[in-house]
Amino acid sequence: MNEIELLNWARGPGLAYATAIMFFGLTLRVIEILSLGRPEELAEVRDSGVRDGWMMILKRSLPEVKHWKYITASYIFHIGLLVVIFFFIPHTHLFRDVFGIFWGGWPNYIIDFFTVLSIAAMLYTLVARFYDPSRRILSKMSDYLAWLVTFLPLVTGYMAFHRLGFDYTTMLAVHILSVELLMIAIPVSKLTHVVTFTMARWYTGSNQGRRGVRS
Amino acid sequence: MTKNNNLLAGELERLGISRRTFLKFCTSIGSVMALSPAQAAVMAEKLVTVKRQSVIWLSFQECTGCTESITRSHKPSLESLIFDFVSLDYHHTLQAASGHAAEQAREQAMHDNKGKYILIVDGSIPIKDDGVYSTIAGMTNLDMLQQVAKDAAAIVAVGSCATFGGLPKAAPNPTGAVSVADIIHDKPIINIPGCPPIPVVMTGVLAHVLTFGIPELDGMGRPKAFYGDSIHDRCYRRPYYDRGQFAKSFDDEGARKGWCLYELGCKGPVTHNACATIKWNNGTSFPIESGHGCIGCSEPDFWDAGGFYKALSTGTSNPGQWASAALAAGAAAGLASAYLNKSSKADAEKEHQPVTIEDMGGKS
Repeated sequence: MNEIELLNWARGPGLAYATAIMFFGLTLRVIEILSLGRPEELAEVRDSGVRDGWMMILKRSLPEVKHWKYITASYIFHIGLLVVIFFFIPHTHLFRDVFGIFWGGWPNYIIDFFTVLSIAAMLYTLVARFYDPSRRILSKMSDYLAWLVTFLPLVTGYMAFHRLGFDYTTMLAVHILSVELLMIAIPVSKLTHVVTFTMARWYTGSNQGRRGVRS
Repeated sequence: MTKNNNLLAGELERLGISRRTFLKFCTSIGSVMALSPAQAAVMAEKLVTVKRQSVIWLSFQECTGCTESITRSHKPSLESLIFDFVSLDYHHTLQAASGHAAEQAREQAMHDNKGKYILIVDGSIPIKDDGVYSTIAGMTNLDMLQQVAKDAAAIVAVGSCATFGGLPKAAPNPTGAVSVADIIHDKPIINIPGCPPIPVVMTGVLAHVLTFGIPELDGMGRPKAFYGDSIHDRCYRRPYYDRGQFAKSFDDEGARKGWCLYELGCKGPVTHNACATIKWNNGTSFPIESGHGCIGCSEPDFWDAGGFYKALSTGTSNPGQWASAALAAGAAAGLASAYLNKSSKADAEKEHQPVTIEDMGGKS
């Protein structure tokens, strides 16, 4: 298989399979989670929990002063990742092709800036995770793998754009394949939080509210 | 078209080609192949002292576009001079002979120049059903290629069909079309892809083979001098790509300003060819300069690599349909799983038996 055949496979069957796995897995998991419902409350319910649910979503999305360095790095890489994914012009065409919606993109130098920023922030989170004793103890192999499959598309995309490493065709194929790996990993790892993070926060907050604990 | 073993110097004189014109040819070839000026002189010296190289040109599943490209680019052309430097002993379109006489010329050339002739192939080779889909003089393309390739010094595959299978190989490939390199494995093969290739690229490679031997090739057997860079790397519209300025349609303001055609489906970033530097029609322009994106005709399977007018970043297997189908299947599986969970929970509740203190051996 030569590089253009690899690229054609990545753009064709590879993308189709990864898309199918991601959408199938995410839908399955979300419906499963929602269908579990709540456990029966044995004590009297104090409140509907709606307010606390929303408060928890907000509160957990705000930065904490205590771990400001780590939190800032997390913010940067999450925002950077969203910008790169949804506003790099070639990506917007993929979304238009799949979903039929087009929202335009941003100039390449802005995307480039966010890519570098995100890569740096992700490297910081890895180093921090490794050197901080409590975080290191809490981290499992799956956490490092989740970091890796998120990191690879950023780095390979940057390398492809700047003609680093292999030739452009190969790098583009590797980049698309790394994205497909991420898409497959999303429904089967903690990366499912891309769709469940609001649900989970609302659930926690409303549970606390129902039991009389303010979020 | 007859065999001619005279030295090329005499032949040039006979044809009335001046030394100035000849040196101009060598210089232009040396220039496009990025050879040093000294090597252009060496090329000239070598060419006049060599015997006219016997060349057999086999045309299989093709459209004659490659021959049209090299012979009709513009007149009089420096490129066409190459036909004066070689003894083209067999070529369907250009030879005067036909029928048995034509095949005899091929066999004679093979016999007289055994192990020394150059074989040029344009067109793909059908191998399905024993290759019956294309025959010449009752012989399948597959048999003819194997027979002629056996005693060839080198093979030059011209055009995307001969190099990668080309259009005949496009899905569903009804004739089982393959490239020359898919069949011949024991001879040096130079691939000159393109639909058609640029005339001077074909000429340049042949002149290089005649004088310095086989040029430096890349992983796909293409001469690096012409296929080392992508169209995108050398495109004059590249700065617009970097700035994110794209034409949205073929007649919008961006198109009129000459902005990048990426969003309109240009495949320049993954297409390796010399169109952006050498250009076409005597250096007049190339497709992007004429306002149309590159369709990637010199890359393998370009016909099946998604639509010509869809951006390179889009999928080729309709991922939108896959996403919809997966959503529906995921919802069905989720509901089934929810039902199973609920029923197993109900079963567990049904079978649940409260444990009393007596059961545990205590006294109430």
